[in-house]
Amino acid sequence: MHLTLEFGGGLELLCQSVKIHNVEVDSPAGDEKLTMKDLLSWVRSNLIKERPEMFMKGDSVRPGVLVLVNDCDWELSGQLDTTLEEKDVIVFISTLHGG
Amino acid sequence: MECNGGGGDPTQILQQIETLKAQKTEIENRISVLEAQLRQIPSKEEPSPSSPKIINGGDHGLSYDAIYRYSRQLLLPSFGVQAQSKLLKSKILVVGAGGLGSPALLYLAACGVGCLGIVDHDMVELNNMHRQIIHTEAYIGQPKVKSAAAACRAINSTIQVVEHEEALRASNALGIVSQYDIVVDATDNLPSRYMISDCCVVAGKPLVSGAALGLEGQLTVYNYNGGPCYRCLFPTPPPSDACQRCSDSGVLGIVPGVIGCLQALEAIKIASDVGEPLSARMLLFDALSARIRIVKIRGKSLQCESCGENAALPPELFQSFDYENFTQSSLSTAPLKLKLLPDSARISSREYKERVLNGEAHVLLDVRPLHHFKIVSLPGSLNIPLSTLDGKIPVISSALKEEEERKGPSSTASASLYVVCRRGNDSQRAVQHLHKMGFTSAKDIIGGLESWARDIDPKFPTY
Ligand SMILES: [Zn+2]
Repeated sequence: MHLTLEFGGGLELLCQSVKIHNVEVDSPAGDEKLTMKDLLSWVRSNLIKERPEMFMKGDSVRPGVLVLVNDCDWELSGQLDTTLEEKDVIVFISTLHGG
Repeated sequence: MECNGGGGDPTQILQQIETLKAQKTEIENRISVLEAQLRQIPSKEEPSPSSPKIINGGDHGLSYDAIYRYSRQLLLPSFGVQAQSKLLKSKILVVGAGGLGSPALLYLAACGVGCLGIVDHDMVELNNMHRQIIHTEAYIGQPKVKSAAAACRAINSTIQVVEHEEALRASNALGIVSQYDIVVDATDNLPSRYMISDCCVVAGKPLVSGAALGLEGQLTVYNYNGGPCYRCLFPTPPPSDACQRCSDSGVLGIVPGVIGCLQALEAIKIASDVGEPLSARMLLFDALSARIRIVKIRGKSLQCESCGENAALPPELFQSFDYENFTQSSLSTAPLKLKLLPDSARISSREYKERVLNGEAHVLLDVRPLHHFKIVSLPGSLNIPLSTLDGKIPVISSALKEEEERKGPSSTASASLYVVCRRGNDSQRAVQHLHKMGFTSAKDIIGGLESWARDIDPKFPTY
């Protein structure tokens, strides 16, 4: 499945300062659908090059990270259970506090 | 006035500048005296007998001057005299007169917010000027609140500007916030963001929240019309090492400028009751790629500990809540001072200088990121950023060997290894690591390059 992943608010530093990643991700074996939970573990093993604890906590993202599926907070689509579809755009953004 | 272009003696030029400055101050004083006199003379702009005394069609209460001053806003069909009149009656508090607060305050003053409050406890510094555009060089060393208030009054002398020269804390926040209708969060740290959001929930005020760092900005409106608060979105604070600050990570001046302008816009919309405020939505600004994204965020959370269904955040609890402990980070901008090493593994910058003068064989390892190293560095230092230290151990070994050979066989002692960074935190982390890797005599320079600049070489640039 083709997906566009974007990292912002400093999270891109964890994946070699590249903000936009066009990726092919397959559903786990024996499963038809790909969920956000599957995607997160894929991201962790394929894109995050350093300090994974700055991206994840347990099987979800760490506090202070917003996850947006097609410009919509993943809280509104079922968080880890959100089912992804072809060409979805998923944004991971760390909140900023500076001013 | 003589202007000799070039070739002049600097002392003479400086004298001329001083003389002119003195004259300028005197002229400015005379102007203020005259202005004060003018204000005491009753206005001669009485309406002429031919024009009716009440020239407006309603009860908006805009004065003759206000109609002219705000005319371009009054001409907007979707804004008009109704919205302007509401704006003139509104009271807006801006917390922070920094990178976000600067443009926000300028626009809020200019557009005719009736009462504008400013909270800040900092002083204006030279390294603020690139983004905190409300301040001028003349105010360096003076309170930001005074500087910002003067700028607002200079733009619009018809509004009320209130100076709160203090840090906003849980203990004083309710008292200040309750005097206003809308709060603009233009602060630069995490505990303040939680504290201001909670305060707005307790006091029932909408909150226009903006943030900027590096080349990115974020904007949203909290606690507005049943929308979410900061805690609805972020019930748990992030780990403290995930919180970067402008003083460490850098920020392009115009980025908070853009967000601050948008904060003023949202505050104006709420105050004048026009348009759709950015509630339950968030604006994400990426300056480098020139992209702005507006995303839909969750609504009010029923489980929210601040504004949720069963939430009980009475004022007394709010006032005693320890936000610094909750977020594990500091309200003040004073940089962290770690002490990870025993005294035997550290030397002062003075001691280091002595050893250099004595010709001690040594390698100075600078563990700052490369872009810091490029700004300024000590002569002869070797740059290996902390994050890449692991893979560069052989480079350190060979640098030490080279130094020993250079000093010749007469010196039997091995070369020492000193580690420096900007402030003396990363250098300690590096030394801890180096000790584990077998460089047991590695020492860090206490206080880093900042201490070098302070104690040894005042001309060494700090940043
Ligand atoms: Zn809430």
